[in-house]
Amino acid sequence: MIQKQGQVVAVNGNMVSVRFDGDVAMNEVAYIHSNEKRLKSEVIRIRGDEAQVQVYEMTKGLRIGDSVEFSGEMLSVELGPGLLGQIYDGLQNPLPEIAEKKGFFLESGVYLQALSKTQKWAFTPAAKVGDALKRGDSLGSVPERHFLHQIMLPFDFYGSWKLVEIAAAGDYAIDDTIAVVEDSRGNRKNVSMTFSWPVKRAIDCYAERLKPAQPMVTKTRIIDTFFPVAKGGTYCIPGPFGAGKTVLQQVTSRYADVDIVIIAACGERAGEVVETLKEFPEITDPRTGRSLIERTIIICNTSSMPVASREASVYTAVTLAEYYRQMGLDVLLLADSTSRWAQAMREMSGRLEEIPGEEAFPAYLESVIAAFYERAGIVRLADGRKGSVTIGGTVSPAGGNFEEPVTQATLKVVGAFHGLSRERSDARKYPAIHPLDSWSKYPGIMPADVVRYAHAFLERSAEVGAMMKVVGEEGTSLDDYVLYLKGEFLDAVYLQQNSFDPVDASVSPGRQKAMFRIALEILGAALQLKDKDDARSWFYEVRQAFLDLNGSAEGSDLYASSLAKIKAALAERKPEYDAEARRALARLE
Amino acid sequence: MNKVYSHIESITGNVISVRAENIAYGELAEVSSRYGSSLAETIRLDGDMVFLQVFAGGRGVSTGDEVRFLGHPMQVSFSDNLLGRIFNGAGAPRDGGPSLADNLITIGGPSVNPYKRIIPREMIRTGIPMIDVFNTLVKSQKLPIFSVSGEPYNQLLARIAMQAEVDLIVLGGMGLKYDDYLFFRDTLEEGGSLAKTIMFVHTAADPVVECLQVPDLALAVAEKFALRGKNVLVLLTDMTNFADALKEISITQEQVPSNRGYPGDLYSQLAARYEKAVDFADAGSITTLAVTTMPGDDVTHPIPDNTGYITEGQFYLHGGRIEPFGSLSRLKQMVNGKTRDDHRAIMDGMVKLFAAYRDTLEKKSMGFQMTAWDRKLLKYGELFESSMMDLSVNIPLEKALDEGWRILAACFEPRETGLRSDLIQKFWPARSAGSEAARA
Repeated sequence: MIQKQGQVVAVNGNMVSVRFDGDVAMNEVAYIHSNEKRLKSEVIRIRGDEAQVQVYEMTKGLRIGDSVEFSGEMLSVELGPGLLGQIYDGLQNPLPEIAEKKGFFLESGVYLQALSKTQKWAFTPAAKVGDALKRGDSLGSVPERHFLHQIMLPFDFYGSWKLVEIAAAGDYAIDDTIAVVEDSRGNRKNVSMTFSWPVKRAIDCYAERLKPAQPMVTKTRIIDTFFPVAKGGTYCIPGPFGAGKTVLQQVTSRYADVDIVIIAACGERAGEVVETLKEFPEITDPRTGRSLIERTIIICNTSSMPVASREASVYTAVTLAEYYRQMGLDVLLLADSTSRWAQAMREMSGRLEEIPGEEAFPAYLESVIAAFYERAGIVRLADGRKGSVTIGGTVSPAGGNFEEPVTQATLKVVGAFHGLSRERSDARKYPAIHPLDSWSKYPGIMPADVVRYAHAFLERSAEVGAMMKVVGEEGTSLDDYVLYLKGEFLDAVYLQQNSFDPVDASVSPGRQKAMFRIALEILGAALQLKDKDDARSWFYEVRQAFLDLNGSAEGSDLYASSLAKIKAALAERKPEYDAEARRALARLE
Repeated sequence: MNKVYSHIESITGNVISVRAENIAYGELAEVSSRYGSSLAETIRLDGDMVFLQVFAGGRGVSTGDEVRFLGHPMQVSFSDNLLGRIFNGAGAPRDGGPSLADNLITIGGPSVNPYKRIIPREMIRTGIPMIDVFNTLVKSQKLPIFSVSGEPYNQLLARIAMQAEVDLIVLGGMGLKYDDYLFFRDTLEEGGSLAKTIMFVHTAADPVVECLQVPDLALAVAEKFALRGKNVLVLLTDMTNFADALKEISITQEQVPSNRGYPGDLYSQLAARYEKAVDFADAGSITTLAVTTMPGDDVTHPIPDNTGYITEGQFYLHGGRIEPFGSLSRLKQMVNGKTRDDHRAIMDGMVKLFAAYRDTLEKKSMGFQMTAWDRKLLKYGELFESSMMDLSVNIPLEKALDEGWRILAACFEPRETGLRSDLIQKFWPARSAGSEAARA
């Protein structure tokens, strides 16, 4: 194919207009040659013989007349073994290698190979010569970290193919030909272990999409019990600054019960990514006994890095997630923060002088956000295995006000909403997920009716609490006051969780069930309490014992003694249970 | 030889356009009008039309004025000669000294590779207990001081500048009142810190475009010094003026505003400056303290709101004091475990008691009866305010911690403080009201 050429005719921020001859495709990648550098850009509008491109770099120094080369390819990522454990920028440039070559700064126009061309992988063939193949079918596998990385027929090999040759078991580099396939007309193509795929197209090589039904355990109680997320589902975490969005995502990235975690640090603080970068290699993944970084890919486009590649970074991340899903793995994508991605779209829309929508966000904001979250899902692959991509995105609403366009557009398309509240984070109640505002449409690890039963205590407790602010404690009946204390108790011992405590930081579903049952024994009980002071001090005492229980490992002395303390305190007050409470407790047996 | 153009095609606000060829985006030009010459920066290219933002503003520029392109982007001289000097937003001397032209560096350089950053690990001592004890400032941290007009934020900055243990101070003043500028200059001079200070000052009377250059000038210089192994403290005041200058310019350029008139890229613009704060693994560091005045004391206003999402906490200056509530140093956990055993305990314990004091104050103002415990809290609160919160208090961290124990002992029995018994054993002052109980 002949390289198409063009010339710069206008520069406005990171939007550049290019005059071209011949044909240019929308979203095609173009390189601008300037000052001996090649700056990557993407075509975002075509009018007559002029194309507008957004440049993924600072545009200082560009001149009218600079030559532009169109690549003919859409913005793509390289797929193949070696992605796990990598740290990429939004355009899949490996940051450690850039640091090695260029030092402290991210100079513009430096693009490196995403995958090592020299590393050898031990390939074991699975397909046989003569096999009929479709795109996405496995040819064989290589071990990557602790996974068997499937080498698949590239996703853009549409139609039916016949395997003509396949490499013998052995060590190969990713560019080595490991198979030759032939289509119905006898055209042959070589297949290596790597291929590329455009980031803005969802990978669709699966038999069918299934309904997300199996919970994705995060080991955070309030999420797993009250606002669960399903494998293949979507959820969002909006919250004002300082409410703990990033900490919550960091905790999830450590403990989530999935095979692979992809972290897209999109337009946020570099310092927070650094913590992940430096700490993950040191932390052991309890599931595999290996370092946590080995199951993680970090896409890092922090707030001071170029805005256009921030826009690309979430797509890069989701494409890598879909790729591993095709191997029958469960992948979790954490995007922090989708608001910065939306702002990147807003900046570009402004430069294109499009008619703005609400708060100057482009009118297509909602459909773009919806299309992104729709790339999550659990699928049945052609060979019957299942794989999933779960997407969790934080939202940083301006002023902490959830009425703004990005939060609202996101809420329309996600399956669970974990709204963080300033009020709770100020009171140091972490995770600051608001128990009354948040919701989830997914089934969790507990029976739904029991969760509803427990949640009702929170609601009624909040009502009594609001009333007490008006009429004072004196004007509240003992029954109402006990109800209030029960809600506060559940909040303190179950909804709040100390992510810095080694035991409390991650709670297995089994332990959650046990704890939830003990909490229910207290919530559901009609207790003999003399007056409000008696009630308050009793609940404080039980709360203290429960908090000790939360911080102690099963089988430890403190665990046993705290449990005994709770049981004794409960027995002392001769608890009685009504039919509803008994049913709820029975459901948790 | 650089070409000179003598016909200006259009003048809109601060932006002029000329027809010129082979001009680079971001290139500087000099516009000479009858009122003197001014720098101008290329902000848009469209065919052979070059749009320039004139630093001194468009007022008085005539279509017949000369425009001479300089062939390079905005630069600033970098050398030790900068120390003790004061410049304006165009990089020209404001102190009557010689202008510097050696070793020019480009401003607004690329971002640091996140992979080359390290986890912050060292505290910066300021001698202000509300910072050192309660919200420790950490090397490479970026922290705004949220405040309202009328609060002594510039006094606070000046004090930190004089007392912080750093090698070098770069002060960026944006929209400063002239007397505030003189205040900074005189205070630093009297305090003997001027020799390790570099000032880039844009006053309220200067052209608004120059305001935008100040943080970039200050940070470019700071970055070079940091790469040479210096620990640099960058003080910016007031970032609200910077954001308002952005707003003013983007509106006159007919950009679509997003929120209360501010441009859609306000977050990115602020982040590009704040994210310059860094600790280089084997060189120096940049720590940034920036004043952000909140219009109407409203933290949800776009400027403090966007800032809060970028920075690592904030100091909330209210009523002439740094408030323990609303202030937060996100990085303090990384250093305050290594200072002294009792640091974290004092930090948490004293603030909890202070919160109880505030509740008691509220009760008192509503006319409720004061219990014995309330009276203790009232005494505690007053002592805390006078010997910890008052900005005139100037003691090192260890003294401040001792002072904390002294205040606690003057007001409470040891068990009332909720502090760990081993710390009480070790630190509770002898010969005070609570000493009996401590020994028991």
